Amino acid sequence: MAMLELEKVRISFGALTTLDDLTLHVNKGEIVSVIGPNGAGKTTLFNVITGVYRPDSGSITLDGQNLVGKDPAKVTRSGVARTFQNVRLFLNMSVIENVMAATFGHTHAGLFSSALGLPRSRREEADVREQAEELLRFFGTRLTGYRWEEPAYSLSYANRRRLEIARALATKPKVLLLDEPAAGMNPKETHEITEVVERLRSEKGLTILIIEHDMHVVEGVSDRVVALDHGVKIAEGDFDSVATHPAVIEAYLGRKAAETK
Amino acid sequence: MDTPQTSAEDSAGRAEVVLGIGTDEWVARHNERLIVDSGPLARLKDTASKIPNLVRWLLVLLIAVAVPLGTSNPYIMRVGVNLGLFILLSYGLNIVVGYAGLLDLGYAAFYGFGAYAYALVSSDQLGHHWKTYISVPIIVVATALLGFLVSLPSRRLMGDYLAIVTLFFGQVFVQVVLSSDSITFPWATDSIDITGGSNGIPALDPFVLFGHKFLNAKDYYWLLLAIIVILTLTITRINRTRIGRAWRTIREDSLAAQAMGISINRLKFMAFIVGAALAGLAGTILSAVQGAVFVNGFDLPLLTLVYAAIILGGSGSLPGAVMGAIVMSLLPEFLRVPSYSEILFFVVLILVIGAMRRSIKSFAITLLGIFVTGIIVRGIFLSLSVKSLPRDEWATGVIGRFLSHWLFVPNNRLLWGNASFVLLIALIAYLTQASPTIKRILLPVAAFLGIFLWEVRLIQQPSTTRQLIIGTMLIVLMVTKPQGFLGKARVEVL
Repeated sequence: MAMLELEKVRISFGALTTLDDLTLHVNKGEIVSVIGPNGAGKTTLFNVITGVYRPDSGSITLDGQNLVGKDPAKVTRSGVARTFQNVRLFLNMSVIENVMAATFGHTHAGLFSSALGLPRSRREEADVREQAEELLRFFGTRLTGYRWEEPAYSLSYANRRRLEIARALATKPKVLLLDEPAAGMNPKETHEITEVVERLRSEKGLTILIIEHDMHVVEGVSDRVVALDHGVKIAEGDFDSVATHPAVIEAYLGRKAAETK
Repeated sequence: MDTPQTSAEDSAGRAEVVLGIGTDEWVARHNERLIVDSGPLARLKDTASKIPNLVRWLLVLLIAVAVPLGTSNPYIMRVGVNLGLFILLSYGLNIVVGYAGLLDLGYAAFYGFGAYAYALVSSDQLGHHWKTYISVPIIVVATALLGFLVSLPSRRLMGDYLAIVTLFFGQVFVQVVLSSDSITFPWATDSIDITGGSNGIPALDPFVLFGHKFLNAKDYYWLLLAIIVILTLTITRINRTRIGRAWRTIREDSLAAQAMGISINRLKFMAFIVGAALAGLAGTILSAVQGAVFVNGFDLPLLTLVYAAIILGGSGSLPGAVMGAIVMSLLPEFLRVPSYSEILFFVVLILVIGAMRRSIKSFAITLLGIFVTGIIVRGIFLSLSVKSLPRDEWATGVIGRFLSHWLFVPNNRLLWGNASFVLLIALIAYLTQASPTIKRILLPVAAFLGIFLWEVRLIQQPSTTRQLIIGTMLIVLMVTKPQGFLGKARVEVL
């Protein structure tokens, strides 16, 4: 059953059509990777799903529920969370606050109940903190024991990426969009990310769409791989078939390389 | 042979610990690197930073309670009320600018709106005399609504653009108030005077709360103190919990905030509304305590001062807002007296030198350098047979008298004062990019020029000097500590 479904989604910026009638679905509990050379439209795909851009035409549904026209906050509340290619944490807030802030959509304390410290809002606050701590513990020793009250900018790059995933999880998503989760990581950390993605599915029951350039990660995690080029889906299937698909090789290496292959 | 091995083991051991908690060595040593200051001033700072926040708040509260108990001097109480109003305004602006990061340049208009609204329902201007417990809540709500209206553009505008729109609103408010002294409604024949134009509205009713009529500034002082205590508690709470966190995410990265399910528009409105409500409340109190209201209090100068207060204290920090308000509202009062401002000038000078020369030895050498420079300059003046000014004519303050045997003050104060002013600025400009050695040599010269300029020229013009000192302080602070006194250093992009 399709959890996330895109039907003929098209978006153009001026004369440039970034997504050209793209049709894509991700089944419940599936991990799908999106690959493609730079400028293929991968991040635009994420931006269209999450409501940053509104598609010119086409439909996007989550679990049967329409997402087109909703603002990013509403899309997130309907159950799509994301991370960013160029990590966008709330750098001057503490590590744990980053995660706690993301529970906003499913918590309720208002201005007055917070100001007065009503029991209900206190309970919610304690609950939010507990949720955040649990999410930080998801990354094992990597984010535990770390000074959670320290500002997020004091984290190392790899930990920032982990924190961003923890933050996305705090929105209680059904579908998680990971934009290059392994970028800038060393081989050991990259391997860990592969495991983390697998655990996100098995332990959190998430449906996952990943953009990734590191083919080891793609090979390690994907049930299915979708290759994009110039906003068009050029190949789809398991890793091996997509990786050897002539159109994919051509997109990455040029026509000549594809012919000699 | 043993030593290098041990140290190698040490660093290996440390590196392992570091990796264990998922960070690299650079990050792990973050805190070590933060402690770079040494010397007497830094040690003092270090000790001060160990005092818990609660104790500091209580200390400030203690002073705030003790002053009215100890004195009934109307001037001091008026200064106290002004300070209270200033803190209230800083709190409000701190929410909008410090937490939510919305550059609101129309903020003074909300203050003015509150003040005028109170005046209109508490005077003979329109013939209304509402009871305080009715008028004040209604005005606060009305100002909040106005805040909501002004915040509507913030849905699409951020940063500079929002600043321009709100600045425009602030100016519109002033113009509307100025020209609402003769308004003719379509259904009426005579024009009516609503705001009194530039004459303002006189003879306002004082507050009457719980059967108690507010007779003097002291009553308002207590009221303000109570309000500020309550606000300090509630705003601290809000900042720590859901709404406050969401506000700060907008300041940090509004796109990421949205992607985390935070409805940023509603939160922006909320910040504006709360900020406006606090300013409106402050406005009603201002009107009541003054017993009259005039438009010129709600213009750009006030806005600048409130901004200066929260930036000085550290944007986004509540204690910072209090401290900034204290500095910006008490300092100008303090500096009205020339001999006080002279003391302050020398204290600041010593502190600046202390901050630049961290060890006691180099500090002493610098002081000696200033002394020697003074002797040399005196010698030069004497050899050029420049006419000097008799001691009694310039050495008015305590410090002036103390310095009068050393410092040569020429008869033509205007000429030499201005010359030294130009020279000082040129020297400082040069010093900012000079090598450390040259800095060490020229610092005493610059300090001497400062003293010379002060005693020769600036002390004669207290009002200009006042602004000069405050301005200089702000510049120096922003250069050395851009995050303000009590603000946390922020990282923009990393």
